Amino acid sequence: MLNPGVILFVSFAYMGLLFAIAYMGDRLADAGASIISNPYIYSLSLAVYCTAWTYYGSVGLAARHGPHFLPIYLGPTLMSALGWVVLRKIIRISRIHRITSIADFIASRYGKSTVLGGVATLIAVVGVIPYISLQLKAISVSFLILHQYPDIAMPIQFTAAPVFRDTAFYVALLLAVFAVLFGTRHLAATERHEGLVAAIAFESIVKLAACLGVGLYVTYGLYNGFGDILKAAMADPEMSRRLTIPNETGAWVDWGLSIFISMMAVLLLPRQFQVAVVENVNENHLEKAIWFFPLYLFAINLFVLPIALGGDLRFPNGAVDPDTFVLTLPLAEGKTFLALLAYIGGMSAATGMVIVETIALSTMICNDLVMPVLLRPTFLSWYRRADLSHLLLAIRRSSIVLVLLMAYTYFRFIGEFYELVSIGLVSFAAVAQFAPAILGGIFWKGGNRVGALTGLLLGFGVWFYTLVAPSLAQTGFLPMSLITEGPLGIELLKPFALFGLTDFDRIGHAVFWSMLFNVGAYIGVSAFTRATAIEQTQATLFVDVFRYSEEGESAFWRGKASGPDLQSLLERFLGPHRTEKAMRRYARRRHIDWDQTPEADAELVDYAEKQLASVIGSASARVMVASVVKEEPLALPDVMRILDETRQVIAYSRELEKTTSELTAANERLQELDRFKDEFISTVTHELRTPLTSVRALAEILRDNPDLPAAQQEEFAGIIIKESDRLTRLITQVLDIQKIESGQFDWQFGPVNLKEVIQDAVDTTRHLMREKGIDLSLDLPEGKPTVSGDRDRLMQVMVNLISNAVKFSDGGVIAIRLTADPGTVRFEVQDSGIGIRSEDQDIIFNKFQQIRNGGRGRPMGSGLGLAITRRIIQYHGGTITVYSEPGKGATFRVILPAAGAANAPAVPS
Amino acid sequence: MPSGSPRNRRLSALFWLGLLLFNYPLLSLFDVPVIILGVPLLYGYLFGVWLLLIFLLALTARSRPTLPLPDAPRQNDQC
Repeated sequence: MLNPGVILFVSFAYMGLLFAIAYMGDRLADAGASIISNPYIYSLSLAVYCTAWTYYGSVGLAARHGPHFLPIYLGPTLMSALGWVVLRKIIRISRIHRITSIADFIASRYGKSTVLGGVATLIAVVGVIPYISLQLKAISVSFLILHQYPDIAMPIQFTAAPVFRDTAFYVALLLAVFAVLFGTRHLAATERHEGLVAAIAFESIVKLAACLGVGLYVTYGLYNGFGDILKAAMADPEMSRRLTIPNETGAWVDWGLSIFISMMAVLLLPRQFQVAVVENVNENHLEKAIWFFPLYLFAINLFVLPIALGGDLRFPNGAVDPDTFVLTLPLAEGKTFLALLAYIGGMSAATGMVIVETIALSTMICNDLVMPVLLRPTFLSWYRRADLSHLLLAIRRSSIVLVLLMAYTYFRFIGEFYELVSIGLVSFAAVAQFAPAILGGIFWKGGNRVGALTGLLLGFGVWFYTLVAPSLAQTGFLPMSLITEGPLGIELLKPFALFGLTDFDRIGHAVFWSMLFNVGAYIGVSAFTRATAIEQTQATLFVDVFRYSEEGESAFWRGKASGPDLQSLLERFLGPHRTEKAMRRYARRRHIDWDQTPEADAELVDYAEKQLASVIGSASARVMVASVVKEEPLALPDVMRILDETRQVIAYSRELEKTTSELTAANERLQELDRFKDEFISTVTHELRTPLTSVRALAEILRDNPDLPAAQQEEFAGIIIKESDRLTRLITQVLDIQKIESGQFDWQFGPVNLKEVIQDAVDTTRHLMREKGIDLSLDLPEGKPTVSGDRDRLMQVMVNLISNAVKFSDGGVIAIRLTADPGTVRFEVQDSGIGIRSEDQDIIFNKFQQIRNGGRGRPMGSGLGLAITRRIIQYHGGTITVYSEPGKGATFRVILPAAGAANAPAVPS
Repeated sequence: MPSGSPRNRRLSALFWLGLLLFNYPLLSLFDVPVIILGVPLLYGYLFGVWLLLIFLLALTARSRPTLPLPDAPRQNDQC
């Protein structure tokens, strides 16, 4: 049954089926019915992760090293858990910025840098080509194994056949045709390849079915269940040892690093980016995918161990390469149909990967490698007005063919030296180099272009030195001494034991060192270099993608372009029809009439750049748009304006702070005033009650004792009158101060002769002095010292000061002096009383601040006199000060501006 | 990892749980050549945790926020 004709027929029939499915998918999409807009189809397309390496290689790995095949699937499971956080963010960013590949993502994030895009593309191509060639090898080997049937012999001399008789060559060509047909049907890479995704999802079903089919046959057909296989395997100490992980530090670190790089690979492999991000129809499909995809991985690994153990038992002593057990086990039992199914399963795993990977790589090569060169001004002038959309398609298509040819060449020359798994892991380690730039780029605004570039180059360099250079040595391109003695005999630099590190396996060793250099350089260099304005803009747009609305937020372009210029630029790359469509859509969304818009504003320029980016990549799009936009993007004045805005914001916030502190202070003052008011009221009531009580008590005595001696009656009545006077005075004072403070006082301004005022005040208070036996010394100048003021109030001041002096003196002298200086009039009242302590001198002018003299009982006076005095003096533009020492009397000095002086108070109208 | 909605936090928590259970030192506790219920202990443990994690992921991912997502799908926006 298994003659070459049948095998070839089945192979091509399967490929034909794929073409049919892809064609149907595209037709349905054109008709508007998307079959891939379904979370399960999306999840199945993610399963393009499982390649021939999974299909054949996992069994091989399980047979050689035990559980070490598992981390490669545990990593993606863990990444799935983060899918909603990480992958959704990448999808959103890519949709908004029309990003179509990993290289474009990195270039766009770090300021649309062409250099970075080119470097990322090179890394992807160099890192992934071996992986593609691995798939070709798998197809070739599996074909040869079927072909050799009924012999099951190793090794298989697959490179012996000339190229034109090698199946892998034709498979490669066929895959190139498929990729060209369904991967580059239209130009815009953001337009989804519906048919392609449908075919990939179908392939995922086929490989899973085949894998489960073989697994079920081996477990339950060949043996009586898993327990049976296990019992047989446990009898062999060598095999039973392989059921565990060697308990060494290195092995555990290798295990963890495997999980790490597969986590990165499931996100960052070009084909994964293609299906997970570019081909994603709806972000919410992730909701299902984050558990359905791991479930798929779980299912496809379920029978790996039974097949590996079964194969080892069936072919002892390594007679058959464990990588082929999936195929050779059914063959050895003569189950040719099952073997054919297994072969198709392997082929589906390999072709799916090759198709998507080449399309993803071709997009990168075209947009980030060829375009930047082609769009240089020198070249651009050659085809100034030509329609470039056909050129673009041609570049894409030829790069697909080129990638496949490179992969085939690699397979012919180097591929045979490696088992499946090691090549796959080498590629994983290569794409893990993107991790710092991408994951750092979407969560950390601080990463900049120089940092990302340094990190990528160093990481890639270390990867190349520790994984690729040794393989070149092993295949004879470099001397073997590189591995055994180190370059130039330097032991520390041996590629498998860099700096003497020997605890890890080769992959773990390479991953550790490359990531160390990569992450270190990315963070370190970013921290010590400055990002340009566009890098900062892009960083913010990427990191805060969920904060900004869907589109039109970047508006990096400050300049304007003419509408026709912009349109003709788009036409050259998109073709007239699609340009027209895109422009009409924009006009509709903004409610403008496109034909009436000769000037394109910044927003439209940004929109056009994104349309262009979907076709030629963000870096090239930027260059092209810059060629038609007049002004510099973000010219110096703009930067200054932005800086100015920032400064204003800072100024505002400072002002705000100041106002806040002022408010706080005012509030404190208010509280203090409130407290004063309370005190004031309580003092006033106290002051009012004391005379009232005595008046009342004396009045009662007079009423109840009509027969009191007349002398005593007179005395009591006298006290009642005195106390009533005090009350009246107090109430007047309270009213006065309240009026002064609230500004309602009715000032009667006019020229006032102070000499007269003093005379009058002395006359009024003379009896008080006489009562206490106080001598008066008056020292008045010649002439008429005149001030502008309210005569009655100034009189009040004089009386107040004199009666105060009397109050605190027992005998002695009160000296009153009036001096007329140029511009001012000075007036002093000096007593020889008890004096005022220095700490009290500041507060005696406050309301109700009565000085409590120790042991002298109740303070005399209302405590309002000096407060009112000071307010009156201040109102007249003068000052009042006190000089005193306890026991030596006190001197109150009032200085008033003379009438007509500059600082004399204006007479209010 | 950044946390936003409850779902993001739960999924991140599951990630850390998985990372712990799939790695040294917890993993080494099950790294003994013993057959339990007809399965080698290490494999039983790994596949068991794996399935449990998938189950928890499905449960968590399904729990829809009460409010409609602000980022509702934007289809038909491509040219």
